[in-house]
Amino acid sequence: MSKNIISLENIAVSFDGEKVLSDISLDIKDKEFVTFLGPSGCGKTTTLRVIGGFLTPDSGVVKFDGKDITTLPPHKRNVNTVFQRYALFPHLNVYENIAFGLKVKKVPDNKIRSRVREMLELVNLQGFEKRSVDRLSGGQQQRVAIARALINEPKVLLLDEPLGALDLKLRKEMQIELKRMQQRLEITFIYVTHDQEEALTMSDTVVVMKDGNILQVGSPVDIYNEPKNAFVADFIGESNILNGRMVKDLLVEISGVCFECVDTGFGENTPVDVVIRPEDIKLVEPDDAHITGVVKSVTFKGVHYEMQIESYDHTWLVHSTKAAEPDSTVGLTFDPYDIHIMNKMEG
Amino acid sequence: MKKVLAAPYLVWMVVFILVPLIMVAYFAVTTADGAFTFDNLAAVSQYANIFIRSIWLAAISTVICLVIAYPLVVILARINVSYQSTVLMIVMLPMWMNFLLRTYAWMTLLGNNGLINMFLGLFGLGPFRLLNTQGAVVLGMVYNYLPFMILPLYNVIVKIDKSVIDAAHDLGCSNFQTFVKVLLPLSIPGVMSGITMVFVPAISTFIISRMLGGGSNLLIGDLIEMQFLGNSYNPNLGAAISLVLMVIILFIMVILNQFDDDEDRVLM
Repeated sequence: MSKNIISLENIAVSFDGEKVLSDISLDIKDKEFVTFLGPSGCGKTTTLRVIGGFLTPDSGVVKFDGKDITTLPPHKRNVNTVFQRYALFPHLNVYENIAFGLKVKKVPDNKIRSRVREMLELVNLQGFEKRSVDRLSGGQQQRVAIARALINEPKVLLLDEPLGALDLKLRKEMQIELKRMQQRLEITFIYVTHDQEEALTMSDTVVVMKDGNILQVGSPVDIYNEPKNAFVADFIGESNILNGRMVKDLLVEISGVCFECVDTGFGENTPVDVVIRPEDIKLVEPDDAHITGVVKSVTFKGVHYEMQIESYDHTWLVHSTKAAEPDSTVGLTFDPYDIHIMNKMEG
Repeated sequence: MKKVLAAPYLVWMVVFILVPLIMVAYFAVTTADGAFTFDNLAAVSQYANIFIRSIWLAAISTVICLVIAYPLVVILARINVSYQSTVLMIVMLPMWMNFLLRTYAWMTLLGNNGLINMFLGLFGLGPFRLLNTQGAVVLGMVYNYLPFMILPLYNVIVKIDKSVIDAAHDLGCSNFQTFVKVLLPLSIPGVMSGITMVFVPAISTFIISRMLGGGSNLLIGDLIEMQFLGNSYNPNLGAAISLVLMVIILFIMVILNQFDDDEDRVLM
């Protein structure tokens, strides 16, 4: 595997006595697309600011390529940022904005000119050089911000919810485009978002955060299929989260019924959280299932129907391409490997 | 409807701004008997030294105000919002007091037997001649007009997006480069209106120079006042001096606005 480009070691940050990051450690590999995912206030932007150098952590070490850069100011780091609201320079036009970093570094003018042209091509804004930045659409400003950061050839690009202000269609386009850029440039992207779908679409690695802690680090597939706890499961896509009891290895009790599962190592008679994805539940005749319920609502969602099915102790969320009859009684089944067992969260 | 609402303002502007301006111009080019003449305007040239002194002192005061106000405002814009309003309040506080009173206070501070010389006397220093100097006039101008530099600067600088400053650092700027390349250009509209708000009243003041400058540091304002209220009564000459002063200010403002963005014109 490739080497670590950035290592965070026991980073802690507090604002006004309130812990924003508590003792975070994380390794980020070179040329990886990493996403910090979490609800607002989870510390993901703070982590990004620590990496960018805008914030010195109260304790802990930030390493870049093995070297300690904890106290290095932003302008001396080989890292560039795309800011949340783009932060373009309003007194400069598109060309001057993009050229800014190279001008500061006193790169010769003709070199700057050709680099800006390359960047405009990369972000698809050829011919916009003379345009004033406040006469650009949100999507175009976004592209200028990306070009302005990338022209410095950073080893790591930090992106702080860059697509937050764009409409859905544009956002989807930009997601694909960003991923393509990252692969083409072969640099590390560290991306902050609260949108789980965005995280799953683009990332090589997703870092799920909550309340200043890292809950889980893994590939999108791992995070989705093997969430470490109920919070991750709930945050990454919709889930049925049930109270269960691990009877013994490979056997779990849900709603008073024992089911075979594929998990081991939880001990015997341990209370656990059980997560079952709505698309993993199959609807069958009531006689063919251990769990039955009444269909409370059916909503058409385009690709599938979303149904709420009420059993005696839980309301199940079920996604299916076939709609059940409202108010009818149906049976619910799922396969052993679709049952995800996780330890109860502390607190 | 719009026209009806605009009417009172229009009447006000015509009666109290436009007509007086025309009258000033008329007086400036006529004799006491109403005959047309350029003599008044020509006579203004003999006061060239007073004009130069006025422009010079007003310019120094404006620069000092800017040098004091700018760092203050930059710091102010960074601190907690509730502290910001407290500091702004303190800045404004002297303005609630009568202008004359404020200036009188400086006379008692600066005088030969004033507080400052008394204090220095404790260490065997002085007394220094502080009052009736150009320095005292500049001090009076700075003291009185500083809030007019701080407020417009503050209004502009506080609105500069902090992430733009972060972006400059991110793109390789040191603190100084960030100031020169981003903060300063973005604050130019505030600088320009601050300069205007301080320079224009400073160049035409007469109370400050009279009280703190003694008789020897006459400014244009004093000169104009003497033509109307003093013993050298000559309203036609006074009007001519006023007219020349207006043209000079206009000229200076036009030059200053060349430094400004095309979009953010200030008072012009």
